Amino acid sequence: MELNKLTAHELFENKSTSAKIIESLKSQIKDTESKVKAYVRLSDLEFSDSELRAPSSELKGIPVSVKDNICTDGLDTQCCSKILEGFKPPYDAMVIRKLKEAGVSLCNVKTNMDEFAFGSSTENSCFGPTHNPWNLECVPGGSSGGSAAAVASDEAILALGSDTGGSIRQPASFCGVVGLKPTYGRVSRYGLIAFASSLDQIGPLTKDVKDSALLMNVIAGHDPMDATSADIQVPDYTKSLVKDVEGLRIGLPKEYFIEGLDPEVKKALEESVDRLRTLGVEFKDVGLPHTEFAVPVYYIIATAEASSNLARFDGVQYGFRTKASKTATSGLIEMYKKTRGEGFGEEAKRRIILGTFALSHGYYDAYYLRASKVRTLIKQDFDKVFEECDCILTPTSPTPAFKIGEKIDDPLKMYLSDIYTISANLAGLPAISVPCGFTKKGLPVGLQLLAKAFDEETLFRMAYTYEQNTPWHKMKPKL
Amino acid sequence: MDYEAVIGLEVHVHLKTKTKAFCGCSTLFGQEPNSQVCPVCLGFPGSLPVFNQQALFYALKAALALNCQVQSYTKFDRKNYFYPDLPKNYQISQYDLPLSRDGFLNVSTEGETQRIGIRRVHMEEDAGKLIHKEDISLVDFNRSGIPLLEIVSEPDINSPAQAYEYLLALKCILEYLEVSDCDMEKGSLRCDANVSVRKKGSKDLGTKTELKNMNSFRAVRDALSFEIERQKELLDGGNKIVQQTLLWDERESKTILMRTKEEAQDYRYFPEPDLSAFNIDRALIEEVKSTIPELPQEKKVRFMKEYGLSDYDAKILVASKKDADFAEECMKQYQGQDKKPIANWLIGPLASVASASGKSIFEVKIPGGTEELIKLINLEKQGHISNLMAKSVLNESIASGVPSLTIIQEKNLFQVSDESVLEKTVDEVILDNPRVASDYRSGKTNALMFLVGQAMKKSQGKANPKIVQEILKRRLEHAS
Repeated sequence: MELNKLTAHELFENKSTSAKIIESLKSQIKDTESKVKAYVRLSDLEFSDSELRAPSSELKGIPVSVKDNICTDGLDTQCCSKILEGFKPPYDAMVIRKLKEAGVSLCNVKTNMDEFAFGSSTENSCFGPTHNPWNLECVPGGSSGGSAAAVASDEAILALGSDTGGSIRQPASFCGVVGLKPTYGRVSRYGLIAFASSLDQIGPLTKDVKDSALLMNVIAGHDPMDATSADIQVPDYTKSLVKDVEGLRIGLPKEYFIEGLDPEVKKALEESVDRLRTLGVEFKDVGLPHTEFAVPVYYIIATAEASSNLARFDGVQYGFRTKASKTATSGLIEMYKKTRGEGFGEEAKRRIILGTFALSHGYYDAYYLRASKVRTLIKQDFDKVFEECDCILTPTSPTPAFKIGEKIDDPLKMYLSDIYTISANLAGLPAISVPCGFTKKGLPVGLQLLAKAFDEETLFRMAYTYEQNTPWHKMKPKL
Repeated sequence: MDYEAVIGLEVHVHLKTKTKAFCGCSTLFGQEPNSQVCPVCLGFPGSLPVFNQQALFYALKAALALNCQVQSYTKFDRKNYFYPDLPKNYQISQYDLPLSRDGFLNVSTEGETQRIGIRRVHMEEDAGKLIHKEDISLVDFNRSGIPLLEIVSEPDINSPAQAYEYLLALKCILEYLEVSDCDMEKGSLRCDANVSVRKKGSKDLGTKTELKNMNSFRAVRDALSFEIERQKELLDGGNKIVQQTLLWDERESKTILMRTKEEAQDYRYFPEPDLSAFNIDRALIEEVKSTIPELPQEKKVRFMKEYGLSDYDAKILVASKKDADFAEECMKQYQGQDKKPIANWLIGPLASVASASGKSIFEVKIPGGTEELIKLINLEKQGHISNLMAKSVLNESIASGVPSLTIIQEKNLFQVSDESVLEKTVDEVILDNPRVASDYRSGKTNALMFLVGQAMKKSQGKANPKIVQEILKRRLEHAS
């Protein structure tokens, strides 16, 4: 049996040893990584020995692959950007600390991503693009494309990604895996290299819903090191894995089923709705009237925060510094300019410039402040819907995976691929993408479920029931 | 033309919390460079700030003592600018919802008291420190992230002298509150000034300049005087003032241009997303209020009323809280109704001993403690020991560690007032100095003081000079 093709809970039930799992993963990586390119700095590939500090943990000894923007003590973490070349954080992110305590085995090389999580295709990486395991000519989505592709190609059992506007869910849907963006504040951001602090969340990318719940059981919870982390009790998410959705009510926002939605994606969604209806779910048409503003609001707030968060990459303390500049103070400005000019990729520069503009004197009120107000309206839209619905169901992305190179020169088109995922970040809500079908050409399609803040339980219950009544999560790409 | 100056001061003080504003690093001064740092205060990627509640407590204490309105809802903002001592290239500060606003401070200059408005008191973090070597610059981040309080005055100050007094009064209050060391040398207090001049009586404000790099209160006063003169001269010559930031060059006693308004930075303030906005509830404010001690102004008035001290003496004694506490302890121990002798002793002899070793009076180690000091003062007051002798005993006691009374007893320094003993001494002095004695008799009255001095010397300072003088007069006038 190829252990790497199993889920974490199957490996636990099989009592597979860590060494055997790692062996099979390495063999898979050897076979397929040259085509997928899910990992970066692969020459150093190793998995840590699991420290068995939590003998009862179901994830004990299970390897986890981590996105390149999550800090790991002493191991390269560079957000797939040249500017963080050689940066080895002196500390572990809180999620890594928790994983270690749970006894998981960590992959020391990181998964590929769009530079600083800026992108929806994993093409904006200084290491080059990752390929979609279902069709190597296509993108895996992004920015957590490496994590999604690693899980989909069975080069990973479990993976962590981060989601600022859809960066876990969109690649999950493109690669046919399960991706959860937890409620803002549910998982500590300590050690996640920030893109947009008020939107970022770390979350799991897994082969099925149960693994997602298991991983969340480990990483969720209050962290005193993260002032935005919520001090709210975390339930045992595996308790939500019941095949019963009888009487639950799902809202279908009309604003999401519009022009631009790929007919095959639409069809898969409609079939999913029918499936859930037969399982006892009640559907209701709802309105999220401020949806059309989500993308512009997002690209103001996210870029504004990013322009400030990325200011620290200046060549002074760590990472890349231009070779073309003197070190003397007289050359300081020149050093800044050249370091940042050479160190950042195109998309990073574009977003820094956009964000800097949005915060500039005389423009702040018109852009950032206005966007913040509209953000509140978007949140209120959701509050209203959740008064009468348990969940909201939408497509995860308007299209299946697109071709590598197809949108890279058209940022606006690229930005629209996150049109359905962005609102959950603006409103701070939990949202999950689960596989819900395939296109005729064999590309996966994902559906997205959203719930009230801190109600991941309902997401798990709904997603699990759906998954257990459909075959999609069992499908494997042929590599 | 007659001008008046309009001055506003921006003061930054370190809050003396044990740990930094947003991480657990120590705030100890003078440690090995970059030894008090962590990923948070180094601004490492992925690190996040967590606000130190003790800093909030201290900030509230200062805001309340400065009569400010504490805001019920406040937040942090990011002030974005690039500089190598600022590890994140933004400073966590407060912009449009500061901790507190609209306070005031009473400042007396040359006997006149004026209320100086305080526009806002807000919290922020300090940056690191740059050390420039020949062809490289080094950064020490030990200071990075130390909590700062920014106290911005209204432009209510009209003279460099008043600015100086404002700073003294502010420092005094902050020291009383024990929220800051206010030590300019250690950089725990810094001051920038905005200054403009206008025609006397005019309501319009002139164009202002900003003054930086003043390393002492005196430097603030000198820089302001220089700048006011410079502005007046420019206006008198028909020129315009250019809005700019100037650096005070202490050695040359002049200001130098740092940047003009066109070069002014756009800080792109926006709410710090890593720290949620928060409410300050009444209960916390009440709790903070209960920890505010009697402030210098109130203490001064009470000292005058309770202990009958003069305005001058009381002002000196309350200038430092620890000195004031020490003085009060002494005054309570002293039995006499009139506490003036205590004030005299503390401000006089004890203060000179203290300042000789660069200390404050409360820091002086008096052998036997304040009780011994009171005994000494009592002996002097009751005439058992001369004032001069008492002072020298105090000095000797502090230098040797031997209690004053022991010295007096061992050396038998009690003042001799016994006339029969003193008459003998006086007779000897007259015999030894026949010429001076005859000078006195022939009308040179100041010759008497010389003879008194000789008698004092002969008695090793123990003779009661008053009685010596009487006996001398009697002997010289009657024996002729």
